[in-house]
Amino acid sequence: MTAETSVMTGNEAAAAAVKLARVQVIAAYPITPQSPVVEQLAAWVESGELPAEFVPVESEHSAMTVCIGASTVGARTFTATSANGLAYMTEQVWWAPGARLPIVMCIANRAMAAPWNVLNDQQDSMSVRDAGWVQLYCRNNQEILDTTVQAYRIAERLHLPVMVCYDGFLLSHTMMPVSVPDAADVDAFLPAFTGQLTIVDPADPRNIGPVTLADPRADAEGVLRPGYMEVRAFHQRALLDALEVIPEVDAAYGDAIGRSWGGLVWEHLMDDADVVLVAAGSLATQLTLAAEALRSEGIKAGVLGIRAYRPFPVAALRDRLGGRELALVFDKALSYGYEGPICSDLRGSLLGVEGAPAVFGAVCGLGGRDISPEQLTDSARRATADLRAGARTRATEWINLHTEAE
Amino acid sequence: MDAQREISMASPAVGEAGATGQWRNKRPVMDPALCLAAKAGRVTCQICWVHCPDGCIAQGASPVIDLTYCKGCGICAQECPADAIEMVAEALHGACEIDESGEAR
Repeated sequence: MTAETSVMTGNEAAAAAVKLARVQVIAAYPITPQSPVVEQLAAWVESGELPAEFVPVESEHSAMTVCIGASTVGARTFTATSANGLAYMTEQVWWAPGARLPIVMCIANRAMAAPWNVLNDQQDSMSVRDAGWVQLYCRNNQEILDTTVQAYRIAERLHLPVMVCYDGFLLSHTMMPVSVPDAADVDAFLPAFTGQLTIVDPADPRNIGPVTLADPRADAEGVLRPGYMEVRAFHQRALLDALEVIPEVDAAYGDAIGRSWGGLVWEHLMDDADVVLVAAGSLATQLTLAAEALRSEGIKAGVLGIRAYRPFPVAALRDRLGGRELALVFDKALSYGYEGPICSDLRGSLLGVEGAPAVFGAVCGLGGRDISPEQLTDSARRATADLRAGARTRATEWINLHTEAE
Repeated sequence: MDAQREISMASPAVGEAGATGQWRNKRPVMDPALCLAAKAGRVTCQICWVHCPDGCIAQGASPVIDLTYCKGCGICAQECPADAIEMVAEALHGACEIDESGEAR
């Protein structure tokens, strides 16, 4: 096991992982803050360092369509996007998992327009959480590299596409030391993809993804084929299987490369924690500082980081949150008209669980609004005070919001 | 179960999408007295065969429309240079009953 440590941005770490994964087809359209990923990959394809097809397309919709076509014939494929690019891609974002294609896509998380804003929050990927992809959120640049490599193994094992999400600018453009594993070690961990489900053979033609109506129906050979609802049930089953496969792959990566990231969720100071701070991505890293500050003043706080948001790790969360007093969830996104998506998912998963904590939500960092560990600590202080004053539910708090102009 | 069975994939074959003729509310009726191929007594013209989007017209003099799969789109009637194909409401063929006003019920 040899590795070389370089100082690189999150985008460069993602590109390095794609190269290590020996991706064969890359299609992408530029959008801030993702663009440097595919610019780096394009340079490597141009120089011959990465023997892949790079397909420049006129839109994100076409980028995903190219990945779908290439993956259908068995190629290992990659694309990356952000915010409105992901929204423009959305129709094909739904096609990839329904067709069970193991595409990997990096999302450099960015706020959705309007108004235009290129800075970080997680509204973009959260808005496609229901499309049936595996969604993994990274907390630093090393995790971006390692998770992107892992994503191919997860995707190809389950025939599911995987989104590797990382915070725009906060990670995508921030430089950190990253250990780049030896290519031979990654090859051993991630052999070439050979297991596509589709049959692509001119001598034995197939209609791939034909109209599939409500009920199961016999095909021309008299074999009963699944209806739409069965296809979706198989898809859902594969996503739930990912609850086992994501930790397995993370552990196997640990054996092969020497680093693991907690599988579905990760913890900091959780052993005796009464107050648990929950978030996904780099925000959860900031929360570790808040938890340490709270402990210095006598509040037993810990952090539970969400690594896998889809499938939602219900059992892992119940296991770690049972018996606590409070789960305070920080979302960098909002289901407009309701509350933060992680908050409502977490509350739902704990409903009826004996000894479940109260679940409070906070929204922060929208459109790149600064969020400091001190502000997170203050928010946790207020939540703890509300809890100790008897509150079991509470309206979503907006942190660092300036509405004095009202 | 074989994972390959979990996706939607089929071998192209006649009738793969089911008896789509059941979707039809008008059927094409060919008049051999007007059909150019029938009048020439050989396989010529075949414009209807070219345009049928479902491939359910067989070449011939005149061409033969497979009503098991014809969805009744009417493109053949529209394209026929001799106006030899008429789209006739299915009700008149007894697929459903028709009342005295001529409206299907």
